[in-house]
Amino acid sequence: MAIETENKQNTTIDIDTELQHLTSKIDFLREQVKKGEKERIHELVALRRKFKELARKKQQEMSAWEKVQLARHPKRPHTIDYIQNIFTDFVELHGDRRFGDDKAIIAGFAFFEGKPVAVIGHEKGRDTKEKIERNFGMPHPEGYRKAMRVMKLAEKFKRPIFTFIDTPGAFPGVGAEERGQSEAIAESIMMMGSLKTKIIATVIGEGGSGGALALGVADRILMLENAIYSVISPEGCAAILYKSQEKAPVAAENLKITAEHLKELGVIDLVVKEPLGGAHLQPKKMYRHLKRALKMELRCMEDIPIDELVKRRQEKFYKMGQFLEK
Amino acid sequence: MGLKNFLSKLKGKKTIKVEKGEWIKCEKCKNLVYSEDLLKNLKICPHCGYHFRMSAPERIDSLLDDIKSYDLFPSLKPKDVLKFKDTKRYKDRIKEAQTKTGLNDAIMIAHGNIVTSEVVLAVMDFRFMGGSMGSVVGEKFVRGVEFAIKNKLPFIAVTASGGARMQESILSLMQMAKTSIAVGKLNENGLLYISVLTDPTMGGVSASFAFLGDIIIAEPESLIGFAGPRVIEQTIRQQLPEGFQRAEFLLEKGQIDMVVDRKNLKKTLHTLIKQTQG
Repeated sequence: MAIETENKQNTTIDIDTELQHLTSKIDFLREQVKKGEKERIHELVALRRKFKELARKKQQEMSAWEKVQLARHPKRPHTIDYIQNIFTDFVELHGDRRFGDDKAIIAGFAFFEGKPVAVIGHEKGRDTKEKIERNFGMPHPEGYRKAMRVMKLAEKFKRPIFTFIDTPGAFPGVGAEERGQSEAIAESIMMMGSLKTKIIATVIGEGGSGGALALGVADRILMLENAIYSVISPEGCAAILYKSQEKAPVAAENLKITAEHLKELGVIDLVVKEPLGGAHLQPKKMYRHLKRALKMELRCMEDIPIDELVKRRQEKFYKMGQFLEK
Repeated sequence: MGLKNFLSKLKGKKTIKVEKGEWIKCEKCKNLVYSEDLLKNLKICPHCGYHFRMSAPERIDSLLDDIKSYDLFPSLKPKDVLKFKDTKRYKDRIKEAQTKTGLNDAIMIAHGNIVTSEVVLAVMDFRFMGGSMGSVVGEKFVRGVEFAIKNKLPFIAVTASGGARMQESILSLMQMAKTSIAVGKLNENGLLYISVLTDPTMGGVSASFAFLGDIIIAEPESLIGFAGPRVIEQTIRQQLPEGFQRAEFLLEKGQIDMVVDRKNLKKTLHTLIKQTQG
């Protein structure tokens, strides 16, 4: 099997296509070898080496804009995938008891390592039909109100909360405004700020502005290596400040929206490594990485009294921001 | 979110600087108003009742009787952490805004009396980079709240903002959490928090402390919302109905407690304080 990796690769997106191609080839070969074609093992080793080299190159050279593409990658694992692969016996709860059930947010109880927990996250949907049902992961007020309802339950039953952030932003629409999008987001942020239970948030893909933060006020904030978290989308910022949508890559760079930058700015606590080439190439490995990280985080909080935890959470957010004082 | 919101409406209404002895055209009824009459009338058009935007110092003068301080925390200044540059440098934008307004950033934390009730009054100024919320706005808001808690005073916020300050990126987003947590502390301490939404109150300010008031008041015809009207129109590919996201619309939808004419604002605030505090 000849490997054509000598083509000129212009962007990491091209590399990504190549990597996906390689992944399926590797999987195929692995099966063949398992079936007894031992002589092909050298081919497999070579392919793996090629994959690693290429993936490393990609990770090193990746621009902020390319990370944006990766964070939005159609095959990137979503909240639903993490729930299915990290937790067991997830029972989804529906509705805000006031207006409706917003499928852009999933919420419920599950077990994590055998212990009962609450899980809440944005869900973008996978195929076209599901994406429309879930409004591409852009919640309405009722979504945040459902999330708050489940958070309150978690507090009542003293269950830790895991949130997963993956949204372009809260939905900008007529109904959303009429039903109080601002109020819903503000309430959720305030509630999380004083909720008497452990909260761990993970930005798994796109952390889009207030709609993301509404699930993001936590004791520990994790972020996957190729995820982004921003006050405004690079496209939006480009249109307003640079007067041109085409400047989105520049805006992405200047906004400092990558995990690495956010860690430096003290906004997130931990960057979770993704498998080489990105979470979508080896999702199983991604689940293992994240599960391990979440387990560690939870363990570190175990002995902290709840009032102390809340105090620390509030102090942490109070410290965010930089200014001059003379 | 952010500046997108106010930019789309910026052309509609401006915080005009009223000089003495000048004629000003009302933006709504197009009648000419003598500037001194306008100032005496709290910047309300005497012909049609249109509320012109107010600067933060003007607002403080209009609400406080015994002003102990115009700004409790005047030494806080914005910092260009990200060395942000779009068509202009953030550094230059800050300087320009400071020169234009005489303020250090888009919020003032005043202390004084509304009639006889002592309060902390946080007032935003739209002239300063569209009243956008960055680290300074967040920090001053929090310090204002802490001051109110320490002195057991009601806290009143008058908002005017296009949203979060994009030039401070994620740090500006985090001010939503910071200010909302501060409001939570007012609640824990049983202190009254009234938010007065003025034109415009959008994005990150709207989706944090603006909508967390125990009582939410809005000035007539103010544009108030999460997403900017133009963003919504682009998303739904439809024209928005007349009056959408205006104060009166929000009242009808149950999102705010009342729409109060500027002339009655001080009296209304005073009454509410008497009814809830002490």
